[in-house]
Amino acid sequence: MGEFNVHRVRFFNYVPSGIRCVAYNNQSNRLAVSRTDGTVEIYNLSANYFQEKFFPGHESRATEALCWAKGQRLFSAGLNGEIIEYDLQALTIKYAVDAFGGPIWSMAASPSGSQLLVGCEDGSVKLFQITPDKIQFERNFDRQKSRILSLSWHPAGTHVAAGSIDYISVFDSKSGSAIGKMLVDRQYMGVSKRKCIIWGVAFLSDGTVISVDSAGKVQIWDSATGTLMKNHLVSNADVQSIAVSQEDSFVVGTAEGTVFHFQLVSVTSSSSEKQWVRTKPFQHHTHGVRAVAHSPTALISGGTDTHLVIRPLMEKVEVKNYDAALRKITFPHRRLVSCAKKKQLLLFQFAHHLELWRLGSTVATGKNGDTLPLSKNADHLLHLKTKGPENIICSCISPCGGWIACSTASRFFLYRLNYEHDNISLQRVSKMPVFLRSALQILFSEDSTKLFVASNQGSLRVIRLQEGGFTHPRAFQPQSGTVQSMCLLAVSPDGNWLAASGSSAGVHVYNVKQLKLHCTVPAYNFPVTALAIAPNTNNLVIAHSDQQVFEYSIPDKQYTEWSRTVQKQGFHHLWLQRDTPITHISFHPKRPMHILLHDTYMFCLIDKSLPLPNDKTLLYNPLPPTNESDVIRRRTAHAFKISKKYKPLLFVDLLDEKTLVAVERPLDDIVAQLPPPIKKKKFGT
Amino acid sequence: MADLEEGFALTAVPLGSGPDGPLGVEQSDKTDQFLVTDSGRTVILYKVSDQKPLGSWSVKQGQIITCPAVCNFQTGEYIIVHDNKVLRIWNNEDVNLDKVFKATLSAEVYRIHSIQGTEPLVLFKEGAVRGLEALLAEPQQKIETVISDEEVIKWTKFFMVFRHPVLIFITEKHGNYFVYVQKFNSRILSKYTLLLGQEEKCVIQSFSTSVGRKFISLMSLSSDGCVYETLIPIHPSEPEKNQRLVQSQLLKSVVSGSARNGVALAILDQDHIAVLGAPLPASKECLSVWNTKFQTLQTSKELPQGTSGQLWYYGENLFMLHGKFLTVVPFKCEVSSLAGALGKLKHSQDPGIHATPHFVNWETSQGCGLGSQNSEQSKRILRRRKVEVSVQPEVPASTQLLATIQKDSEKHIEVELRKFLATKRTPDFHTIIGDVIIGLLGRCKAEPSFYPRNCLMQLVQTHVLSYSLCPGLMEFALEKTDVQILQLCLQQFPDIPESVTCACLKVFLSIGDDTLQDTDINMESVSDYMDPVQDGEMEGQTAFLQNGFSPEEDNCDSCAQKLKEKPQATADESTSCPVTTKRAALLNAVLHSAYSETFLLPHLKDIPAQHSTLFLQYLYFLYLKCSENATMTLPGTHPPTLSQIMDWICLLLDANFTVVVMIPEAKRLLLSLYKFVKSQISICSELNKIEVSFRELQKLNQEKNNRELYSIEVLELF
Repeated sequence: MGEFNVHRVRFFNYVPSGIRCVAYNNQSNRLAVSRTDGTVEIYNLSANYFQEKFFPGHESRATEALCWAKGQRLFSAGLNGEIIEYDLQALTIKYAVDAFGGPIWSMAASPSGSQLLVGCEDGSVKLFQITPDKIQFERNFDRQKSRILSLSWHPAGTHVAAGSIDYISVFDSKSGSAIGKMLVDRQYMGVSKRKCIIWGVAFLSDGTVISVDSAGKVQIWDSATGTLMKNHLVSNADVQSIAVSQEDSFVVGTAEGTVFHFQLVSVTSSSSEKQWVRTKPFQHHTHGVRAVAHSPTALISGGTDTHLVIRPLMEKVEVKNYDAALRKITFPHRRLVSCAKKKQLLLFQFAHHLELWRLGSTVATGKNGDTLPLSKNADHLLHLKTKGPENIICSCISPCGGWIACSTASRFFLYRLNYEHDNISLQRVSKMPVFLRSALQILFSEDSTKLFVASNQGSLRVIRLQEGGFTHPRAFQPQSGTVQSMCLLAVSPDGNWLAASGSSAGVHVYNVKQLKLHCTVPAYNFPVTALAIAPNTNNLVIAHSDQQVFEYSIPDKQYTEWSRTVQKQGFHHLWLQRDTPITHISFHPKRPMHILLHDTYMFCLIDKSLPLPNDKTLLYNPLPPTNESDVIRRRTAHAFKISKKYKPLLFVDLLDEKTLVAVERPLDDIVAQLPPPIKKKKFGT
Repeated sequence: MADLEEGFALTAVPLGSGPDGPLGVEQSDKTDQFLVTDSGRTVILYKVSDQKPLGSWSVKQGQIITCPAVCNFQTGEYIIVHDNKVLRIWNNEDVNLDKVFKATLSAEVYRIHSIQGTEPLVLFKEGAVRGLEALLAEPQQKIETVISDEEVIKWTKFFMVFRHPVLIFITEKHGNYFVYVQKFNSRILSKYTLLLGQEEKCVIQSFSTSVGRKFISLMSLSSDGCVYETLIPIHPSEPEKNQRLVQSQLLKSVVSGSARNGVALAILDQDHIAVLGAPLPASKECLSVWNTKFQTLQTSKELPQGTSGQLWYYGENLFMLHGKFLTVVPFKCEVSSLAGALGKLKHSQDPGIHATPHFVNWETSQGCGLGSQNSEQSKRILRRRKVEVSVQPEVPASTQLLATIQKDSEKHIEVELRKFLATKRTPDFHTIIGDVIIGLLGRCKAEPSFYPRNCLMQLVQTHVLSYSLCPGLMEFALEKTDVQILQLCLQQFPDIPESVTCACLKVFLSIGDDTLQDTDINMESVSDYMDPVQDGEMEGQTAFLQNGFSPEEDNCDSCAQKLKEKPQATADESTSCPVTTKRAALLNAVLHSAYSETFLLPHLKDIPAQHSTLFLQYLYFLYLKCSENATMTLPGTHPPTLSQIMDWICLLLDANFTVVVMIPEAKRLLLSLYKFVKSQISICSELNKIEVSFRELQKLNQEKNNRELYSIEVLELF
């Protein structure tokens, strides 16, 4: 297969933000996750846990609560006092409504999904009616004396439990009057703490209220009498979140990173009397667990350590296959790195800035495994900070290295770069057209003369770039009736074809010259994770979240022979069992038969001329074949050349036929930048 | 391994037939439902998993069914022939067979065959074959004669070969056998003569076939008790010619040669056959499963009430007549392997399903251990249990036992209990045992003379109890100072409260040696490191220590001096155990029990000073024993571990330090402990130093490998 010089890059100092809230939607089997920087991500648990949508963060919009209501509508509320609804089709914020109660700490949708309740800093609980296109303030509940940190509806919708500081209130949801108050003990292991914050409450249909608090207690109350039924001390630190499923199972997360599973279990085998029992502890987090969710078959947790952990409950899973394995999602399922191959430049996208680096070089050669001495080290050329509080949605560097484009939710930036020896001059292209206010995806054509921009409402535009500016902003004809936003773009190296894919609508191929739809790739059940068009052949390679890879010939408007063979034979079972989606596809410039693709834990060079591996062959062999004759070697060779040497991988590309660039982000480096976890004593009396 | 499960009788009422058994058992169009035709006048439709009949039909008095009922899979109707020529077709809704469709045929029918995916076939006694539809279109059509005059059809089977129906039937004439293979795609009838391999004339008693890639394998069970195999080509070279087939012996003497009837054969899969018959001339009839590949007997099952020499096999069930009842035996045959044939295969794993680690499911009742994860298996267990329920009602068994406890004599209780423990364990077994113990204890409290020691011991040794299941037991044993039960409880119960553990410890330390001498205590935890010969000497020493102290040990300095000067002497002294072997075994049980320091400490303070010193001495002795070998463990089965010993030393000192310091006897002990701790500290600090320097080295090494932010490496993909 050949030797490559690999530029092993570890200077992409990317740190994902911590997880603040998670909300599970049983109807669509989707999970909404909000992070401390305000980003909201949507994971499709049915599509191999793929992160199919995301809403960029905003500095002033720290989300404190996230919930699904009225079926598939997603709301968030935060410390800026606003309730926000997200448009899941157009991937924008639909509207923001100020609740006028100061920072919002909690939010809960009524069981019917038609009402929304928020708990505010000033101690007010506000009820909003959800109308088809907005929310409408309806009523204030009885004002409490301090902030409302948690809310939970009775499953029948008749009562509401609200966790405040040192006590839990029970409201009648019809009248809004407080009908009960349960005082929580401040004492903690005999020591009186200053305050006891009720981080979470859950109301069950039999009137039981479960509370979790800052003293490390999980308490079970009878809301009718206001009495404490049972007290579980689970942690020395705060218990920060609770989620209930099906009334017989709930999960809590602690600041020490432990997740406890509680189940309603019969006291003895014969009696019908049941008791909440702490059944399973899980420690998958190094830092505090800020949010938990409970799907019918899994416990989901996220916290400061930025991992989203999905732990299936083995007794609930019917088939014990790979899907039942623990999932840990750390990196976004989209590309944060772009590369100018000719100039050997890498552009890194951070939340609020971009970094441009030039790769180093070497003159030495070596054999497999050698580290070559550098004749020139990598240079940090540029640190480009965006103005404003919004996070960057997408960014791109042109293949020639002369242009950089990036976009936030309300502004689009285009820069012209000039290289004079070692100096770089940067010039912002001003006077962007009005419609170019934000983009979901940006892509330069191979010859860097065109810029393709996918923005909200499914619009797709092409801009011709010239020295010092741009001309001809032209739009592709939109699909009739679609408002699906395109998230992935790929352009053919000859510049004739543009492929675009939305989060679920399949892949459309456009003719760039005529600005017309050329064809649509047959729909597939799983979302697209990466797209690319091969040089010369114009074959479109599509990777899906279920780890299937298709090759579609654009000129012939049909799947290629190779793709059909692959589908007929099926992928190797280990290939299909990978956890992370393929996020980038590229091609060997000289060998048209080679496809390079990568996920977080491996990259793979597919040689289409070799036979496909079947389930009996070894898919990945980390050791070089030694003392085997050429015949055996040739016989055992198969199309998938996999390397797991570099991980976790954020980006891999071929710079030229002998050079690869691999951008790694070691987890240790991320951990080193996180705040220190709560120290737990291991020894001592 | 092949596995025959517990069979169950299908009919609650005996079949109204003679010794011939039922006429046939055939599948119906629904899974799990079978048509049983008895040799008289009745057809019954059974649902096997429920063991109950779903329908029953009879022909009129005077008529007799001559051909077993089959199901037409294409229409879902049932077909029988009575009085050789009259065909009846009906379906589930029909009640009276007299009023259903009737067709009178022109020739006598031998069998009707019906299998999934094709129309039923009618085989006439003269060897002609007709499709049902064609026959019904013209019932009185002329039926030709295929076989010669004196030939009689002995056996027949209909099956699909590569989606084409094939009928095979075997005829006999003067001890010669002929095989006819009728293929319907080419309408070819091939005739073969079966050459019997053996010398003397043998009567073939049973046939069975299976279809391979190129051959139909015909197996026959001869009257000499051997199984022969004959391969019939699926595509014969010259179909028209009469060809000969040679038998080859497959298995020898699977049934006794003298057995005349009650012999049958069925092929289960490519490697397994089931044989019905008596293995020895004198023995009872058996159902056995043989592996033909390795020629081994896999399993067998005795049928003491006799059988009829008929065996049907569908899916996973074998049907046979046992006594007067039709019996179903579910079976399982795994893929044959050498290990399986030799019985060495532990368990095979389904290749599609990944093994998952065992997890505790809190929602099902605990105590039965592994919840069965395989739903199919559990279903079968359920079925089996159902049978048990019908035979021996199980709930009364436990309630009966509880009633026995309340009034009967100790002896009687013991007998009943043994009976109960011998039966199969149910999921709530542990709660029943708990109830039994509570019942016994209740009676003990009511009548002071009643003390069923053996019963209690037996119950504790069932390994299913915990402290919380029988809360009063240990308190009661403490009251009676029954150290034997206490030791057992300490070994078995996972959840003894610390107060009780401590109470046990007190009893163990204070109980007199002479009382101990008479009790029977499990000594396995001490047997290997204590010499029972020393017992006497030890007692002397214990007495000496308990009664006072030697004036030389008064002075701490001199003691230290002594330690320094005469390490040899102290070593000698300390190797002798301060307590008797039996007491040591009891104390070891305490050392093994689980505890939480916070809860144990207050109770430890209540132990009298002399006893705590004695215990400390024993612990110190154990420690010295430990340090004798390099692995720092004690010899023997289940000895206390070093950490247990050290934890208890710390606990005891924590609890009783002020007292121990005051006691002159303990001075010497404390001094040696102090010296030991000091040396440990110095070792640990040295180790820490080494560890830190190693870590630094490692860090340097790692930085070299990993911490570089940028490098160019060579990678070869192969």
